[in-house]
Amino acid sequence: MGPLRTKAVLRRAGHLLATASLAAAAMAFANAASAQTLTIESWRNDDADVWNTKIIPAFNKQHPNIKVQFKADPPTEYNAALNARLAGGTAGDLITCRPFDASLDLFKKGQLVSVNDVKGIENFSEVAKSAWSTDDGKTTFCMPMASVIHGFIYNKEIFDELKLTPPKTVKEFHAVLDKIKADGKYTPIAMGTADQWEAATMGFQNIGVNYWKGEEGRKALIEGKQKFTDPAYVQAFAELASWAPYMGDGYKAQKYPDTQNLFTLGRAAIYPAGSWDVPIFRKQADFEFDAFAPPVPDGAGKCYISDHTDIALGINAKSKNQEAAKTFLTWIASSEFADIYANELPGFFPLSTAKITVKDPVAAKFASWRGTCESSIRNSYQILSRGTPNLENELWNVSAQVLNGTMKPEEAAKKAEDGLASWYEPHKK
Amino acid sequence: MSDIAATNVQAGSVPERSRFPLHIAVFLAPALIIYTIFSIYPLVDTIRLSLYAGDETGARHFVGLGNFVTLLTDPAWSGQFWNALGNNLIFFAIHMVVQNGIGLGLAMLLSLPRLTGGSIYRTLLFLPTMLSVVIIGFIWQLILNPLWGIAPTLLKAVGLGSLFGPWLGQESTALVTVSLISVWQFVGIPMMLIYAALINIPDDLMDAATVDGAGPFSVFWFVRLPLILPTLGVVSILTFVANFNAFDLIYAVKGALAGPNFSTDILGTFFYRTFFGYQLQVGSPTMGAAVATAMLIVILLGVLIYLFGVQRRLQRHTF
Repeated sequence: MGPLRTKAVLRRAGHLLATASLAAAAMAFANAASAQTLTIESWRNDDADVWNTKIIPAFNKQHPNIKVQFKADPPTEYNAALNARLAGGTAGDLITCRPFDASLDLFKKGQLVSVNDVKGIENFSEVAKSAWSTDDGKTTFCMPMASVIHGFIYNKEIFDELKLTPPKTVKEFHAVLDKIKADGKYTPIAMGTADQWEAATMGFQNIGVNYWKGEEGRKALIEGKQKFTDPAYVQAFAELASWAPYMGDGYKAQKYPDTQNLFTLGRAAIYPAGSWDVPIFRKQADFEFDAFAPPVPDGAGKCYISDHTDIALGINAKSKNQEAAKTFLTWIASSEFADIYANELPGFFPLSTAKITVKDPVAAKFASWRGTCESSIRNSYQILSRGTPNLENELWNVSAQVLNGTMKPEEAAKKAEDGLASWYEPHKK
Repeated sequence: MSDIAATNVQAGSVPERSRFPLHIAVFLAPALIIYTIFSIYPLVDTIRLSLYAGDETGARHFVGLGNFVTLLTDPAWSGQFWNALGNNLIFFAIHMVVQNGIGLGLAMLLSLPRLTGGSIYRTLLFLPTMLSVVIIGFIWQLILNPLWGIAPTLLKAVGLGSLFGPWLGQESTALVTVSLISVWQFVGIPMMLIYAALINIPDDLMDAATVDGAGPFSVFWFVRLPLILPTLGVVSILTFVANFNAFDLIYAVKGALAGPNFSTDILGTFFYRTFFGYQLQVGSPTMGAAVATAMLIVILLGVLIYLFGVQRRLQRHTF
C-alpha cells in the first residue's frame, strides 16, 4: 500500500467518523426532544385532522413544552396492531381504550396503569367510568372521553319530496319504508352486510335496546336471567330481518364506505347510524339531513337508546413520560377538552359531568334523546365477550346472516345463545 | 520405494488435510445464519409457544398438547378449524385447476413459434403478480361492486344484467370469487415457469415427432407434456405452499372475520384472529401458535406426499 493510498484511506475514515459522530449527536438530540413527546395510539383515523389542528394546539397553549403526536390505525386493525406493539414495547405513551374487556385485558396484563390518582377523574360518573373499571369498580384504568349514540339519519329533502314525517313507532317506520320503496327513486335503507359489523351495530344493537328494555335487559343477560332465545331478542332479529327488502341492490357485497356514499350522494333515504357519522356527513352531504330515534315497538311506552361508552384514554405502563401523560389525561378530563371534542367532532358526546352545548343541530338531536329516552350500552361488551366463541363476533355473524336471509331470526338467537352457554356459567342452566 | 515415497508425501500433507475445511463453513455461514435467525429459530419457538397457555395476567405455563386437544375437540375451535381447512382446500383446488391450467395454456400460446409481440403479452400477463395485494383487492372490489362497479354496468349493457349478483357477499359464491381474484393475480407465475420449461425443449424432438406423423395434440400430449412434468410438479408444490399460507387477499377483501358466515375463512385468517384477536375477541399468542403449528403440519404433510409420492417418480431429461 503506497503512502498515497494510505492517506486516502485515512481521509475516508475521517469522513466516516465525522458522519458517524454527527449522526450520534443528532440521535442524542432527538432523544432529548422525545423526552417530552407523547404519542397517542388510536383507531380514529378519521379524526386525525381534528386532533392535529384543534385538540393538540389547544393543549399546547397551556402546556407548550409537551409535544403530542396523534397516530391512528384503521379501526379494524387497531386491536391487533396495538397488542403487537404493546408486546414488543414500541407502543405509544397514551393508549386509546376500547370499552370493557379489551382494555380490561390490557390492564390485567399490566400494560395500562391505574388512573385513580389522576386529577380530573372526579369529573366522571360511575356509569361513564364503568366501561374502563375493574369488575369490582375500584380501579379505573382509562380516562373516559366520549360515548356514541345510535339512531337513524334521514335525508330531509327526500322526506320532503315524498311528504314523509320521521317515524316514531315500528309501524310508522315500515309505512315510511313502504312509501319510499313504492316511489322507487331512492333506496329506502342504506346499509350493507359485507362488513358484518354494520348489521350488528347499526342494526341489532341500534333497534334492539327498545326490545330488551335497555339496561334492564343487558343486566339480566349478564346475570343469566334472560337468554338470547327470549322473545325480546328474537323480535329484535325479526325486525332486523324485515329490513332486507328495503336495502340497496347487492347489499350483501356492500361495505361501510359504500353505505356512507350511497347516503351522502342522496341515493338513499334512511341511514341506520352511529352518531360518529354526523361529522363525516357534514363534510360530504350537500343536502339537509336530520335524525330520528330508533322507532319503538307498537304499544311500548318508554323509548331506549344505545348510548355506548365508546372511547377513553389510558397510559401505557411502559411509557417513559408518565408525568406528562398524566398531565394530558387531566386536560382530557377538563371541560375545555369536552367542549372542543363535542363541537369539532359532533357525534362524540363527552362523558364528563361538565355542561357542554353541542352546536351541531343533528348531533344535538342525538344528545337530546338522553333526556327523553333511557340510555344503555351495547349488550355484548361487558363480560359476555370474554369467552370462545366470542359473542360480539357471533352477533356480527348472525346479524349479517339474518339480513342476508341465510338464517331465520330464531336460528340466529339460538346460535348466539348456544355460543354463550358453551362457556358462560350463568347461561349454562 | 514407491511405498516409502507415498508415506513421505502423506506424512508431509497430513496436517494440511485434517485441518477443518474452513472455507466450507465460510460459504455456508451467511445462509445458515440468516435462515437460523429468521426462519428456523422462529419456527422452533412457535412450536414451543404452542405448548403453553397464558392466563389473564399474561403469565404462561406449560400445557403440553392441551392447545391442540382444544383445537381439535372443543366445538368452538374445531368447527372453525375444519371450516378453515376445508375452505383452504377449495381455495387450493381452484388454483390448481384454474390458475395452473390457464398458466399452462398461456405458456403454450406464448411458445408458439410464429407469435409476434410475445414479450408484450408476457409482461402484461405477469403485471398483476407484481402489484400489491391491497391494490388488487381494492380494484376487484370496485369492479364487482353492485352499486357502482363496472361489472354490473357492463353486463347490463349487453343485456345480461340478471346474471350479476353480489358475488363477494354471498355465502355460496364468496370463496370462489376471492379464489378467482387470486388466480387472476398469480397466473403469471405458473405461466412463466412453464414457458421457461417449454422453450427449453429442443425443436428436433418436436420436428421428429411431426415427421413421425404426430399431430399438434399428440406432440403436446406425448412429447411436450412429459418433458415439462417436473416443472408442473414444482408449480404444484409452490401453489400448495402459497395457498396454505395465504392470508393477505382475503384480509384485504373480506376482513379478518372472513364473512359471510366464515365462508371465506382460510387457515391464514383463522390464525390471524386467534393470534392477534379481533374487535372484542382478545388475541391469544399461545393458541395462535398452536394454529400456526397445525398449519405447518398440514403444509409439511402436503410437501412430504409430494416429495415421496410424486417427485421421486418423475423422470428428468436433460438435453
